[in-house]
Amino acid sequence: MSLTLLNVIIAVVIAIAFAALNAAYLVWAERRGAARIQRRPGPNINGPFGLLQPPLDGIKLMAKQLIIPGGVDKILFIAAPVLAMFPAIMSFVTIPFSDTIVAQNMDVGVLMIFAFASMGGMSLLFAGWSSRNKYAMMSSIRAVSQAVAYEIPMLITTITVVMIAGSMNLTEIVQQQSASILHWNIFPLLGNSHNLLMPFSFLIFFICTLAETNRAPFDLGEAESELVAGFHTEYGSMGFGLFFMGEYANIVIGSCMTTILFLGGWSCPFGLFPGVWWFLLKLYLLIATFIWIRWTFPRTTIYGLLNLSWKILIPLSLFNLLFTAGLIKVF
Amino acid sequence: MNPPIPLAEAPSLFSVDGLVGLVFLIMVAITIIGAIIACNSERLVRSVAGLIVCFVGVAGVYYFLNSPFVAMMQILIYVGAVAVTISFAIMLAAPEEKMKLGSSSPLVGPFGLGTAALITGGFSVLALRTEWPVMTKINDGSVKNIGLQLLTNFSMVFELVSIVLLIAIIGALVIARVRRES
Repeated sequence: MSLTLLNVIIAVVIAIAFAALNAAYLVWAERRGAARIQRRPGPNINGPFGLLQPPLDGIKLMAKQLIIPGGVDKILFIAAPVLAMFPAIMSFVTIPFSDTIVAQNMDVGVLMIFAFASMGGMSLLFAGWSSRNKYAMMSSIRAVSQAVAYEIPMLITTITVVMIAGSMNLTEIVQQQSASILHWNIFPLLGNSHNLLMPFSFLIFFICTLAETNRAPFDLGEAESELVAGFHTEYGSMGFGLFFMGEYANIVIGSCMTTILFLGGWSCPFGLFPGVWWFLLKLYLLIATFIWIRWTFPRTTIYGLLNLSWKILIPLSLFNLLFTAGLIKVF
Repeated sequence: MNPPIPLAEAPSLFSVDGLVGLVFLIMVAITIIGAIIACNSERLVRSVAGLIVCFVGVAGVYYFLNSPFVAMMQILIYVGAVAVTISFAIMLAAPEEKMKLGSSSPLVGPFGLGTAALITGGFSVLALRTEWPVMTKINDGSVKNIGLQLLTNFSMVFELVSIVLLIAIIGALVIARVRRES
């Protein structure tokens, strides 16, 4: 008993630490990346390459007074940032980093991650509503309509992968791709996908991940330079900090899912140095792409954003689903 | 009268069974507290929040009952879709002021209490006196097996659920129609 209890506690602590550490240092990576793309130095004073910036920012945020404006709905106002961080940490429980490093290998792993990801929308709604600020509220309605719109093509694309793998267990999905680099789900010819449209589903999934995590060019919920700050206008200190960390933790989860579903998880390309670092390498390459896209593309409009999902991505992903089902039936 | 169900000896708190029981009780408590918040709060948005807490508690009970698939679907559909839709509707339509509850007739309280007590008592008696069949685990709970079972052995349940959805759609259409005509 004590061993199982200890295992649970260790798994939870590691999940929280991994999420928090990644969130903190992704902010640093984002700022350095932005600075590099915009030809300015970025944070470079504290520590080598400015590496001490995230802990100092954290201390600053935690030391600030928690201001709760008058007239807000206090319980929901405090619950919203917690609700933003909680699903991200829960999702880390079932993500397999390698064939041995996984906290709880669930048979419904894919479902669990999307179930908890869908709770994120509630935190946006509660944050906007409880602030009693009409701009925060309007922005949260925008953000949630965006999240709902992009959840659909994302789930449909995931179903194609689940159909090919015949399982919702994340470890099993990776193991089916681990024979060689050509067996990864993104490559259509070898492996068990046999589906010429797989690179295409990867693209749909990636676009949806960008939109689900509120990243540019789809960051209309926040739109830094146009709206004040979106749904978290009224939040200061660590309330704001939690929203910020939740956003980056969600990016990590999204990239983990892309790696597992399409890029073969921890499996190594040519049998070179098998191990957990291949997973981490793919993960951070994807995250670097996120940062790169954010600072290279201009923001879309809200109409363009919603049209892209409802009129293009959903029909395409439905077609993709039917095509995959037909291929599975034929072969 | 059937003999009461023989209860196993209460396990000590720090054994595996004890901890599992504790988790079960926590989930039940979350469900009940959520339901109370959902019924009793004055602001509609808080009711939705209570409803979400209640849904999460129910999902926990499902997980405890060895059906993680149903638990996750509960969260995905009820928290992720239904609750978001409800709060969207509330935020777009309802006034933000507190609802003013008119004073009700003095007879409502005692009658309500009586009915509630009767129903609760009836269900309790029913639950305690029935000889519950012990269900064995049908399969491993994988998606394929659940699909097969739903479309073969339990197809009646499947059809009935779709009838419930059909009734809901027709009801929504009827309500919308009445508003439009008046």
